[in-house]
Amino acid sequence: MPPIGTGKKGAKTTKKKPAEQTQPQDYVPPPPPMPGDEAFAMPIREIVKPDNQLRLNETELGEEVAKMLTANNPAAPKNIVRFNMKDKVFKLEPMVEQTVVHYATDGWLLHKSSDEAKRQMDMEKMEQEASARFQADIDRASHEHKEHGDVEPPDDSRQLRNQFNFSERAAQTLNYPLRERETFTEPPPTATVSGTCTQWEIYDEYIKDLERQRLEEGAKSKGTKKQQAAHGGATTKANEHIPTLQSPVLMHSLGTLDRMVNQNMYEEVAMDFKYWDDASDAFRPGEGSLLPLWKFVSEKAKRRQVTSICWNPLYDDMFAVGYGSYEFLKQASGLINIYSLKNPSHPEYTLHTESGVMSVHFHPEYANLLAVGCYDGTVLVYDVRLKKDEPIYQASVRTGKHNDPVWQVYWQVDEAQKTLQFVSISSDGNVNLWTLTKSELIPECLMKLRVVKAGEPTEEDPMATGPAGGCCMDFCKMPGQESIYMVGTEEGAIHRCSKAYSSQYLSTYVSHQLAVYAVHWNHIHPNMFLSSSADWTIKLWDVHDSKAPVMNFDLNDSIGDVAWAPYSATVFAAVTDDGRVHVFDLAQNKLLPLCSQKIVKKAKLTKLVFNPKHPIVLVGDDKGAVTSLKLSPNLRITSKPEKGQKFEDLETAKLDAVVEIARKSDADLAKH
Amino acid sequence: MADQQFEDMEAFLRVAKYTLVKYTDMHSEMKEEAMDICITAVEKYPNDGEKCTQMIKDQMDKKFGAPWHVVVGKGFSYEITYEVRNLLYIYVGGRTAVLLWKM
Repeated sequence: MPPIGTGKKGAKTTKKKPAEQTQPQDYVPPPPPMPGDEAFAMPIREIVKPDNQLRLNETELGEEVAKMLTANNPAAPKNIVRFNMKDKVFKLEPMVEQTVVHYATDGWLLHKSSDEAKRQMDMEKMEQEASARFQADIDRASHEHKEHGDVEPPDDSRQLRNQFNFSERAAQTLNYPLRERETFTEPPPTATVSGTCTQWEIYDEYIKDLERQRLEEGAKSKGTKKQQAAHGGATTKANEHIPTLQSPVLMHSLGTLDRMVNQNMYEEVAMDFKYWDDASDAFRPGEGSLLPLWKFVSEKAKRRQVTSICWNPLYDDMFAVGYGSYEFLKQASGLINIYSLKNPSHPEYTLHTESGVMSVHFHPEYANLLAVGCYDGTVLVYDVRLKKDEPIYQASVRTGKHNDPVWQVYWQVDEAQKTLQFVSISSDGNVNLWTLTKSELIPECLMKLRVVKAGEPTEEDPMATGPAGGCCMDFCKMPGQESIYMVGTEEGAIHRCSKAYSSQYLSTYVSHQLAVYAVHWNHIHPNMFLSSSADWTIKLWDVHDSKAPVMNFDLNDSIGDVAWAPYSATVFAAVTDDGRVHVFDLAQNKLLPLCSQKIVKKAKLTKLVFNPKHPIVLVGDDKGAVTSLKLSPNLRITSKPEKGQKFEDLETAKLDAVVEIARKSDADLAKH
Repeated sequence: MADQQFEDMEAFLRVAKYTLVKYTDMHSEMKEEAMDICITAVEKYPNDGEKCTQMIKDQMDKKFGAPWHVVVGKGFSYEITYEVRNLLYIYVGGRTAVLLWKM
């Protein structure tokens, strides 16, 4: 029978309605409930009687009818006849089947003890176990998933499937198109040989081999020494083999990489170093500022004080820093770090010395030679290229080292003599000239410093009480006067000496009350020099006026170092113990520094050097750190020579003008 | 004279019991192994060249991959083309020459 939608059925019944109304009156179908009828009326109960039902009145209904229940089937036929083959007649069948089956169904209950029931029970048990195991797998998998992240899903192939718990899914994957690709390889290399083999050839070969063996044995027995030598040679060869990790090529590449990393890390600083200029300088003439750039620290140098800094004359980004201690009681081994501005994180070279380093100086021409003066009086010469802690020259007690700290070393450039020489000054009062010969350092005493009474300068005094300690020195930079040098002493006197005369001073400048820590000739002006002292003052001197300094600057703190700027005759900078750097430009301000900036906290500044080319200074402190500072434009004003003028002349004139004014004011003061 | 030579020959064979490598361009490991195989085969079949060569060839094929070729004999001439680093020419026991190559 085709399925019929309910809607269609409904439609059919409504169509039949008029026909039904013609039916007998006793069947009245209830009116269909109208949608939206307010009160839901209970349907009227109608007694429906089928058409073929017997219609009886009351009495007929009241009549009792007795009925018997028998085991006979009333519908069973009573007259079945069957042909009897025996009698060859039809005979009435006396027994008729009285059973009527109204409903029959097969049961599925099984007896517990039957085989089938047992099998069924086993099956159920297995099913349960399997599902339990599967559940356990899932639980474990989900647990592991939580713990380890991705774990492959549990194997569900053992899960029992049936028609209710089963769905089949299929997917057609894409078949990739096939492609053909072929390559040809080079055939393995072959070679061709030819020859013959005969008994006599074999014989000859063996004879040759035996001969060779005999010779070998002979050689062996002849000299075990030879063998040992050969063996030794082999071992040295093995030693010469450099492992990959230490190969110079790799080291070079690593060095480059290190620089690249540093360049990226300190890119801003590098840009500042190259291009930054304090724009505000244009609006405030007479003032300047210092911009801290890189800071050079190293673990080894942390507990040491920076005692000397020297730029390399060949590479203007390279400088050596000597570390030691100024305190007598806290002496330790010395250290020299050679840094490059390109790599602020590590020193390029590190050299260790037995005693604290007090002074370093690069040779101006042979830039790999580094002269070093130590606290115990030794002077050393290093060849930086060797990268070894061992100096190439060392002055020992036998070769006449100093007895006190060597405060300064200074290379000499002597055109006449081809030999390498340097001068050292020490607290023991000796100024020595060291000559580098093939095997050793040979000292020559240039000057024995003696105490000169303040009242009688320049004249030799037989009553002089004894040797004076030298603290610092500087050689005249003017061509033709390289033999003239200044010496600052612990007593406060400054002596002008010449290498030519070791017996007496050319002149003596007495004005400082305490030890002179630094003397510096002006880089441009031939006759002016600066001195700084422990008495908190910096003095500007004229070489020809030994009576009194031209100018005096009091910085109200102990001065560590002072230095002239290489680019101008009137600019100099000084560092003080309170961590400040003071920069003066006499052409702009004769009394006060243009800039007085605190660079380090809680540390004393000990050394200051100008870079010969770039507008930066390096300052070292007593905590082992070296800071580089960029000078703002106001701090590096120089005269711009026009045609026919010389830069040096202009600068000299500038300083001369300053000195002139200073002298005048001094004279005025004296008058009043 | 002939006697003398014979005496010499016997003496020679007594001395020349070892294996002499006439020429090889194999690397040392391969050479050691190939020599072992050759010596074993030659000593196992001193008078049966066919079996000897078959044994060497089979073992070399198994160990280093086909195809290997062997010549074992007391006198022969050869001109061969071989894959470089796969040639061994040895004298075994003062009498027999073994030429082994791969191509």
